[in-house]
Amino acid sequence: MSILIYAESAEGKFKKVAFELASYAKKVADAMGTSVTAVTINANNTSELGKYGVSKVLQVSNEQLATFNAKAFASVIQQAAEKEGTSLVVLSSTTDSLYLAPLVAVSLKAGYASNVVALPVSTSPFQVKRTAFSNKAFNVTELTTAVKVIGLAKNSYGLNEDAVATSEEAFAPALDSSAFGVKVENVEKVTGKVTIADAEIVVSAGRGMKGPENWGMIEELASVLGAATACSKPVSDIGWRPHSEHVGQTGKPVASNLYIAVGISGAIQHIAGINSSKVKVVINTDPEAPFFKVADYGIVGDAFDVVPKLIEKLKAFKAANA
Amino acid sequence: MKILVCISHVPDTTSKINFTNGDTEFDTNGVQFVINPNDEFGLTRAIWFKEQQGASVTVVNVGGADAEATLRKALAIGADEAIRINANPTDGMFVATELAAVVKAGNYDLVIAGKESLDYNGGMVPGMLAGLLGFNFVNSCIGLDVNGTEAKAVREIDGGKETVSTSLPLVIGGQKGLVEEKDLRIPNMRGIMMARTKALDVKELTTTETASKAVKFEKPAPKSAVKLISADNIDELIDLLHNEAKVI
Repeated sequence: MSILIYAESAEGKFKKVAFELASYAKKVADAMGTSVTAVTINANNTSELGKYGVSKVLQVSNEQLATFNAKAFASVIQQAAEKEGTSLVVLSSTTDSLYLAPLVAVSLKAGYASNVVALPVSTSPFQVKRTAFSNKAFNVTELTTAVKVIGLAKNSYGLNEDAVATSEEAFAPALDSSAFGVKVENVEKVTGKVTIADAEIVVSAGRGMKGPENWGMIEELASVLGAATACSKPVSDIGWRPHSEHVGQTGKPVASNLYIAVGISGAIQHIAGINSSKVKVVINTDPEAPFFKVADYGIVGDAFDVVPKLIEKLKAFKAANA
Repeated sequence: MKILVCISHVPDTTSKINFTNGDTEFDTNGVQFVINPNDEFGLTRAIWFKEQQGASVTVVNVGGADAEATLRKALAIGADEAIRINANPTDGMFVATELAAVVKAGNYDLVIAGKESLDYNGGMVPGMLAGLLGFNFVNSCIGLDVNGTEAKAVREIDGGKETVSTSLPLVIGGQKGLVEEKDLRIPNMRGIMMARTKALDVKELTTTETASKAVKFEKPAPKSAVKLISADNIDELIDLLHNEAKVI
């Protein structure tokens, strides 16, 4: 009956989102009078999960699962859910979990709600609040099946320590060869740079920068803040910046703690993509730019004047608060 | 190769979103509908396969009669035929079940759907479809080549990309990158004329089973006004971010 989470890891180490899922699931488990079980795949130190309320860990160690495989990972989660008699599976919104979630739902004949932004509105009937219409609205969805799968939206709950005693158990689900129909040939990952998906802070810039040669100050600002760099759609369309930096409704979604927009007017599609960020700062020469309507803090000014000053002041701030 | 491209009929990205009937339904009043952008990248890649390698391209939508204009646009862009499953799509599992029946009846070996629609953002139909059919599945796909029954696909991962090899039958959850923005096609007059005579079959439901229902919709709470800071007083911004917003 317990709630099952898939606690994601990379190279054996848990991702922060694993602890966020545990925190969330523990709160829901308390409300439903049950406990949290985590399934892990090739992770070390699984006892760390106990700190965030996980009572039981099903540890899967399997060489075949050394690289991500959506069908095989989904099969592991399905078998763990069946073994535990789980009625609720909680997954994250990493690219990998968004990939496997619908496969898990089908195999458990479960309803699935993605982009869930808060604790359930009600556990019986089971209703959750999720974002819809590309962050322009929320939608309360009721899952009507016996088993339910939900995907917690990025950066929507946070960590909450609630230590419990944890038991660990080796788990060896049977994996059918048909689960391995997609084989990884090559992985290209940016190293030594904060990615938009993981970033707590994102520094984003638009056409107001006048040309790709002026991005040095954006990169420097990001570097001072430990932030990822991003850009608006027109900037990626004209090739000033790579597509992988395009954030917005048809680009990557951003749900960071702080989003700084430099020289971005704030088209409705751009705002939709970044609106889940908690605090938004805009720097723009045009006080009528729509971004000022959605930002928390704004500076009306020229990026070429404001950004260098901001970098200098932040460096001093960081030095004083180090 | 028989390709099926799943098309969602969604509000244009510039639409203002409002609700009606006690906030239980999307207000379509004054809203322009378009092919879901993630689906359009997939459709354009499918037409590339048709023109370069020889393939048939069928487009399918689960929706009401109002979606037919969107299907006609897909035909004008170059799809060969269209199918509409006559229903009000409210649940991803329901849509996937209907689409799976279409795939089986038509023996399609490549199914391309957008990784998510820009209305409900469920992000589940392609994965559920692959699960129901037992097909191979690549999500967040930003590149696809097919050679006989072998396929090579590139998928976006957090912080990079991954190249995978797989085989047909295959379901793709597509997005921008399957083709570039500049390769998207605007229907020309000849295409629009031809689309009028192409087949658009309307089929009735095979199931009424659902796994979820939308209870109500809410708009985000109105935002308090922006705090403006002088460009000569950057210290104030840093102080606010540190002490008030607590984000640095």
